[in-house]
Amino acid sequence: MKERKVSLGLLLRLGIGLLVLAFFAYRFYGVLARQAYGAETWARLAISGLIIGSVYAVIALGYTLVYGILFMINFAHGEVMMIGAFAGYFVLEAFAASGFSARQPVLAILITFLAGMTVSMLVGISLERIAYRPLRGAPRLVPLISAIGASIFLQNAAQLMFGSMRRTYSNPPALERNVGWVLDVAGKPVSITYTGVLTFAFSVVLMIGLYLLVQRTRLGRAMRAVAENKEAAALMGVDVDRVIANTFAISGVLAGAAGVMWGLHNGIIYHYVGFIPGLKAFTAAVLGGIGNIPGAMLGGIVLGIAESLAPAVLDMPFQLKDVLAFAVLVLVLIFRPTGILGEVLAEEKV
Amino acid sequence: MALLEVHNIHTYYDHIHALKGISFELDRGEIVALIGANGAGKTTTLNTISGLRHPREGSIIFDGQPIHHLPAHEIVQLGIAQVPEGRKIFSRLTVMENLDMGAFTRRDRAGIQEDLERVFKLFPRLKERRNQLGGTLSGGEQQMLAIARALMARPRVLLLDEPSMGLAPILVESIFQTITEISQQGMTILLVEQNANMALSVAHRAYVLETGRIVLSGPAAEVRENPQVRAAYLGEA
Ligand SMILES: Nc1ncnc2c1ncn2[C@@H]1O[C@H](COP(=O)(O)OP(=O)(O)O)[C@@H](O)[C@H]1O
Ligand SMILES: [Mg+2]
Repeated sequence: MKERKVSLGLLLRLGIGLLVLAFFAYRFYGVLARQAYGAETWARLAISGLIIGSVYAVIALGYTLVYGILFMINFAHGEVMMIGAFAGYFVLEAFAASGFSARQPVLAILITFLAGMTVSMLVGISLERIAYRPLRGAPRLVPLISAIGASIFLQNAAQLMFGSMRRTYSNPPALERNVGWVLDVAGKPVSITYTGVLTFAFSVVLMIGLYLLVQRTRLGRAMRAVAENKEAAALMGVDVDRVIANTFAISGVLAGAAGVMWGLHNGIIYHYVGFIPGLKAFTAAVLGGIGNIPGAMLGGIVLGIAESLAPAVLDMPFQLKDVLAFAVLVLVLIFRPTGILGEVLAEEKV
Repeated sequence: MALLEVHNIHTYYDHIHALKGISFELDRGEIVALIGANGAGKTTTLNTISGLRHPREGSIIFDGQPIHHLPAHEIVQLGIAQVPEGRKIFSRLTVMENLDMGAFTRRDRAGIQEDLERVFKLFPRLKERRNQLGGTLSGGEQQMLAIARALMARPRVLLLDEPSMGLAPILVESIFQTITEISQQGMTILLVEQNANMALSVAHRAYVLETGRIVLSGPAAEVRENPQVRAAYLGEA
């Protein structure tokens, strides 16, 4: 009886999977047959997907780090990014007004990132201390609800403090948006923006840095030990509360960097700006295998490229990009809940 | 004055009164066995000493200093290390990283290196496998790693929670031999066991725990001859 149910579910999933694949192939074939897009369009889409994907990856790392240690989804993580974006915004405004941005663009950008990362780090630490730590040991649903509450609180706080208008990042003149190098693809120009290159390069640096931190340092080793067994880690002399606070600090630093990159590259920020990237990054973390660090990086890049290419591949309006990205989440949850690189861990701890 | 003194501790899990006033002590260099059936409160006793649990009443004095209010990570630093029940090695860390975790509170590089060589001499198997993930070790090797990891803290007191659990008899024999060896190097050991026979054969003194209370204590040889102990824990009629 039980066996039949399992195989039926498997058949159903297989059937749906094949249908989805067939649909994709059919639409893609139509696009190719019509030669709807030239090589330069595909190149443009792939490049912008790679850039946005690297930002997703950096944010996704924050979800995955916290999940790895506390087995909770920090749904306020997107808001941590938003606050970092605002911190960077105000610093850049001041620098632009004083002319510092024009005189010292490199220093100005560096300080902007430092400000965004520091502020987000403090928000991350406070979030853990105020919204999560008192609930440690409560049933799993409780901190989740607290996270959603914290997310709403931070959005509203930002709206009260900064208003609900959209603000535009004042990039230094040397780092103007939509300006960059121009490549020649099949005789057509494809531009690679400076902000895009900066975003991608800095994301890669952050990912490598995080990887080294987790694999090579004393704190990283303590984080991995705490992730595996808090009591055993405590018996080794690890201050578990401190390691958890540090994990939120690191997640915050990454989110802050992502917020500033978002502002510099996309330009527009407002109190709600963390919501969609936050959800996307969460999707990326699940796609890669939540709790798995290389998985979050891979998931972010894959999701970025997928959502950028999908509307063109499926011959759908480009506005459907977000819908398609979240369809990825649903598909992953149905077909491979552990994600691409997901370990048994994800299953056994849920 | 004894190295570790436990005075009348009461430990609870919410409303479950797990330890109902336990007192005992450990002198320097001793092996003291704590035996008792499943659920008697042996693990709770060790965890209360280690600071994973805090007693609601009573006190624990280590080398003259009360420690029962301290968090676990500070107690390790003072010199009490535990080999937990079920080993609890870090399966996704390498053997080397597990040993590094054991020395987490220490900064003396030279001393750590010295202790590393010492545990590798005690457990040559671990040296061979130092780059393997902890989770790939066999049960016996994991127990060796758990003991080695605790020794890396260079503790003054070693708490061992059922080191023989789940091991083949020949491995049990060798683990107990190692425990004796560690003791001969001067370590003070509190040994928790359900395998009373083995524990009583290596210990100097013993306490018998029943549902949160100590019901019998004395030199190991005497406890071993006690008719009730023989009936209840040594499987003799
Ligand atoms: N985490 C826990 N939550 C609630 N009760 C517990 C917990 N751990 C142990 N107990 C209870 O405390 C008592 C002592 O358990 P324990 O110290 O594990 O015994 P032993 O190690 O001697 O087998 C038992 O009644 C057990 O059910
Ligand atoms: Mg036990």
